[in-house]
Amino acid sequence: MGVAGRRSRGKETMRVSEQEAVESTARGLGVFLERRREQIAQRWADAPLFRAVFTVSRDEAVEACKAVVDALCEVASTGRLEDIAAPGFDRVREQLGRMSGSRTRTGAGPAQIADEFAALRTPVAELLRAESAGTSVAEETESLLALTALMGTLRLVVMQTALSSGEELIARQRQQLLEVATPVISLWDGVVAVPLIGTLDSARSQIVMESLLESIVARRARYAILDITGVPTVDSLVAQHLMKTVAAARLMGAECVISGIRPAIAQTIVHLGIDLGTVLTRASLADALAYALSQQGIEVSPHAEVR
Amino acid sequence: MTPPSPGPAAAVPVLALGETLLVTLHGELHDGTAELLQQDLAERIARSGAVGVVIDISGVDMVDSFLGRVLAETAANARVLAARTVVVGMRPAVAITLVELGLTLPGLTTALDVELGLELLTRARPAAPGRRERGT
Amino acid sequence: MPDPAPSRATSLPVGSDADLARVRRQIRQAAAGLGFGLVQQTKLVTAASELARNTLVHGGGGHVEITPLTLGEPRGLRLSFVDRGPGISDIELAMTDGYTSGGGLGLGLSGSRRLVDEFALDTEPGTGTTVTVTSWTTAIPAARPGAR
Repeated sequence: MGVAGRRSRGKETMRVSEQEAVESTARGLGVFLERRREQIAQRWADAPLFRAVFTVSRDEAVEACKAVVDALCEVASTGRLEDIAAPGFDRVREQLGRMSGSRTRTGAGPAQIADEFAALRTPVAELLRAESAGTSVAEETESLLALTALMGTLRLVVMQTALSSGEELIARQRQQLLEVATPVISLWDGVVAVPLIGTLDSARSQIVMESLLESIVARRARYAILDITGVPTVDSLVAQHLMKTVAAARLMGAECVISGIRPAIAQTIVHLGIDLGTVLTRASLADALAYALSQQGIEVSPHAEVR
Repeated sequence: MTPPSPGPAAAVPVLALGETLLVTLHGELHDGTAELLQQDLAERIARSGAVGVVIDISGVDMVDSFLGRVLAETAANARVLAARTVVVGMRPAVAITLVELGLTLPGLTTALDVELGLELLTRARPAAPGRRERGT
Repeated sequence: MPDPAPSRATSLPVGSDADLARVRRQIRQAAAGLGFGLVQQTKLVTAASELARNTLVHGGGGHVEITPLTLGEPRGLRLSFVDRGPGISDIELAMTDGYTSGGGLGLGLSGSRRLVDEFALDTEPGTGTTVTVTSWTTAIPAARPGAR
């Protein structure tokens, strides 16, 4: 082994001891966090972030703070200050998720939430400085740097959860929009109707089908009217979706009637060779309702006597 | 906690309601149990002279092609023995899956629940007196 | 938020009726835990029932590997049905709706395919068959039951 080998070994040795120093500082930070757990938790409970989330009980806020301190403690003691995937965070990921979810719901964006978490560093740094009174400036600086790195990592973990809960919120709102756009109306005893409005893509059709079938059970509806007046075009895909809904309702014991077929749509259906099979169709919702009623032995007459 | 797996067809409750047999299936139906039930029902219909069978699947959370076949064949057997069958209580998720699976069970009569199923059987009987009753 | 999902793969034997029931139960639980909606769960369990039965009846028995896919979003579930049976000599025929070699309704393979997102069939006549299906949770949460 020549000079070069020894030199590279030397560099390696230096790198290793640097790493050891960092880990040692990190572990020291962990010990500090554990010792000052109560004080840190008490100060954090009064921080804007925790006050905004835990509006009812300060005790609950303090417990939550302690959980976060514990997590930071665990991460610090493993020396992995910059690892957002560190297992130490696992125990608080759900809690952090709920906290950022709560902040998101009251309108705070991911950046604002991250800032609120960043502000948690200050009280801890103050306590750390007070504790480092007897140590060298270099050591104190190392500890503060370690704290900064750790809190930075916490912010990243929180940003991760804030972003994904924002995504969940969007998904929920989208779901709600879709449901509002396809209400199932109870028209009569045993008769429900769905006025379909807009394009019927695969996702919407699925939601319509599920809502309709659930309503059939809930309302004990033997007849379900699918009104397509508001559907601009009916191609073979849309027809397929409709047929599946009809087939599913039939399997459950309910009969579907498709109403609101405009002449243009009728022509398209014939032109495309779409076979509606045994599906009942009516030009208007009123006709479909009249049919459903007559099937149940109810006659609708314009001159019904009023008693 | 899931209940212990059922034994032979005796585990599937079959009630006699006048001239109708009411069968209630549960979610943990083994293949063998289903087949035994099919045989057992045919025998009971022949023995009792029942003219109607209501199979309640409201407690069933999955119907695959095997169970579908059992239901279809049970109804077919009943028909040969001059009895009508109605399958009731199919859950939406099951119906959607069957349609996707391509299993439309065309020969099967269905209704939303036991009450409606019994109504349907009464209406269909040739000896039914008077006008059709209004559905509730 | 869905339960913390099982992150380890499980292997279940497919050798009897009772095994089929157990497979259905476990897959139902796994799917629910991963956040699959009710309809998706039902489709998965139904597909599993078909494929497990194939493994039992045509494959002479075997096992199923249930693997939760939880790295990232969306979460998923992978099922692998393995047997050391005679294998399928004519795949195209076997995948046709209505084809059956066992007195069933012949919708096992082709039907299952429609119930899942991904479907892969690996077979060697004389060696065995492996059918692997995967489904992913959808971004849209399932429709809530009933109107409030």
